[in-house]
Amino acid sequence: MSFIHQMIHKKQKNVIPGFGLSMGITITMLSLVVLIPLGSVLIVLGNYTFAQVWQMVTSSQALASYRVTLSTSFVASIVNVVFGILLAWILTRYRFPGRRILDGLIELPFAMPTAVSGLALTVLYSENGWIGAILTRMGIDIAFTPSGITMALIFIGIPFVVRSIQPVIEELHPQYEEAASILGASKTRIFFQVVLPEMLPAVITGFGLAFARSIGEFGSVVFIAGNIPYETQVTSLIIMNHLDQFNFLGATSIALVMIIFSFLVLFGLNVLQAKVHKMAREA
Amino acid sequence: MKDRIIKTILILIGVLFTFLMLILPLAIVLFYALREGVVMFFSAITEPFAVAALNLTLLSTGITLVVNTVFGMFAAWTITKYRFRGKQVLTALIDIPFSISTVIAGLAFIAVFGRIGWANPITEALNIRIVFAVPGVVLTAIFVTFPFVSRELIPMMQAQGNEEEEAAALMGAKGFYIFRKITLPKMKWGLLYGVILTTARAMGEFGAAAVVSGRLRGRTNTLPLHIEMLFNEFQLTAAFAVSSILVMISVIILILRHVVEHRMKQEEG
Repeated sequence: MSFIHQMIHKKQKNVIPGFGLSMGITITMLSLVVLIPLGSVLIVLGNYTFAQVWQMVTSSQALASYRVTLSTSFVASIVNVVFGILLAWILTRYRFPGRRILDGLIELPFAMPTAVSGLALTVLYSENGWIGAILTRMGIDIAFTPSGITMALIFIGIPFVVRSIQPVIEELHPQYEEAASILGASKTRIFFQVVLPEMLPAVITGFGLAFARSIGEFGSVVFIAGNIPYETQVTSLIIMNHLDQFNFLGATSIALVMIIFSFLVLFGLNVLQAKVHKMAREA
Repeated sequence: MKDRIIKTILILIGVLFTFLMLILPLAIVLFYALREGVVMFFSAITEPFAVAALNLTLLSTGITLVVNTVFGMFAAWTITKYRFRGKQVLTALIDIPFSISTVIAGLAFIAVFGRIGWANPITEALNIRIVFAVPGVVLTAIFVTFPFVSRELIPMMQAQGNEEEEAAALMGAKGFYIFRKITLPKMKWGLLYGVILTTARAMGEFGAAAVVSGRLRGRTNTLPLHIEMLFNEFQLTAAFAVSSILVMISVIILILRHVVEHRMKQEEG
C-alpha cells in the first residue's frame, strides 16, 4: 500500500475517477436546497433600510423574546448537563435490570415528532394534567410559563448531552480511579479531579449541541409556551407571528439575528473547546 | 457498602428522571388516545382529513429519503475520496441546516417562492404553486434533513480509508464501478443508519412545514400540522389518537436504529 501512497503524494492528484461529476452534483444540490433559499432571505432583507431592520431587531417584544429564549435554553442545557453526566455514568458503569431499555429511551426525543412531544408535555403539565395537578396544588405553574418552555427544552436536549459523554466514559479506564482511590482520594475528589476533567470536552460539546438546538426549537415549545407577548414568546415564535401577518420585514430581520446567533454559539463552542484542550495539555 | 448506596441512589435518580421526563410523555399519548375507547380512536385515525395528512406525510418523507440519500452519498464520496481546496468550507455549508431553526428553513423558501420572492413571477407565469402547496412541504422536509445521511457516512468512510478504491482505480476501474463494488458494500450499515434518522426527522417536521404549508385541510396539512389543528379545536382525544400513530412509528424507528447500530459495531469489531 505504501507504493500507492507514494504515487499519490508525488502527483498530489486524485487517483479515483469521477471527481468532477460527484463534486458538481454535490454543489448543485447544496445550492438548490440550502444556499439559494438562505441567500434569498438576504435578498429580501435588501429591500429594506438598515434603520427599518434595526427597529425590528430592537423592538421591545423582540428583545423580550431573546431574553426568554436565551434564559430558558441556558437553564435547560445546564440541567441537561447535570442529568446527562449522571445518566451517561450509570449507563456505562453500572449493570442493572432495565439498563438497555433506559439506554434506548434516551433517544426518544430524537425520534418523536416535536409537535407530539410538545402536545404531550403541555397536557402533562397543564393545571389538571398528571404532574400539573400536583404542582398546581403546591402553587407552581408550569404550562404557559417560562418553566414550561424550559421543561420542553430539557426533553429535547437530553440525548445530545448523554450521547456526547457516553463514549468518553466508556474509554476512560476505571484503573485511574482505582489508583487515585489507593492513593487515598475520596470519591468526590476522584470524580472532580480525575473523571470530570477527562470528560469536560465532551460535556462542552453536549452542552453546545443542546443549547444550539434549544435556541431554534419550535415544535415542542409552541404548545407549552402559549404565545404570551413579553413572557413566553420565544424568538422562533416571533418570526412565525410576523409571517402570519405577512410582515416580511419583521420575519427576515429577526431571522437574521437568529442565524448570526447560532453561528456565534458554534464559534464560541469551538474557541472554548480549543481552550480546554490547551489547558489539558498544560496540566 | 458505601459504594453500593451511592450506586443505588444514582441509578434511582437516573430512572426517576427518565420516568418523569421521557416515559410519562410517551405514556400520556397512548393513554389519552384510548381514553374514550377504541371506537373513538379508530374513527379519529380513519377520518378523511387524518388519512390525507398521513398520506402527505408519507409522500413527503418518501421523496425526502430519495433526494437526501442520493445527495448524502455524493457528498460523502466527494469529501472522503478526493483532495481539494475548501473541503472544510463545503462540510460546514452542508451542516448549516443542523444549526438553523426550522422556522427559518420555511422562511427561506418563502423568500424564494412567496409573494416577496424573486422566483414568484416565474412560478406565476408557469402557473405552478410551490409555497402554500405540496412542493413547499416537500422542499422544507428535504432542507431540514439535508445533512443527515452525509453526516453518518463521512466519519465512517474516513475511518475505512481509500486504499481499496485507489488500488482499483490504478488497475483501471471506472468511478461508478468502484463505488458499486467496493464502497457501497462497506458503507451499507452507515447508510441505513442515516436513512433511519432522516425518516424520523422528516416525518415529524413541524416548524418549517407550519410556515410553508398554508394548512389547507386535506391538501397541504401534514400529520404533525393536523395534530396541532385538532389541539387548537380542543379535540384532545383525536389529537392524541393521531399522535399515537406517529409515536408508534417512532418507537419502531428507535428499535430499528438499535439493531442497525448493533450490526455496525459488530462489523467494526
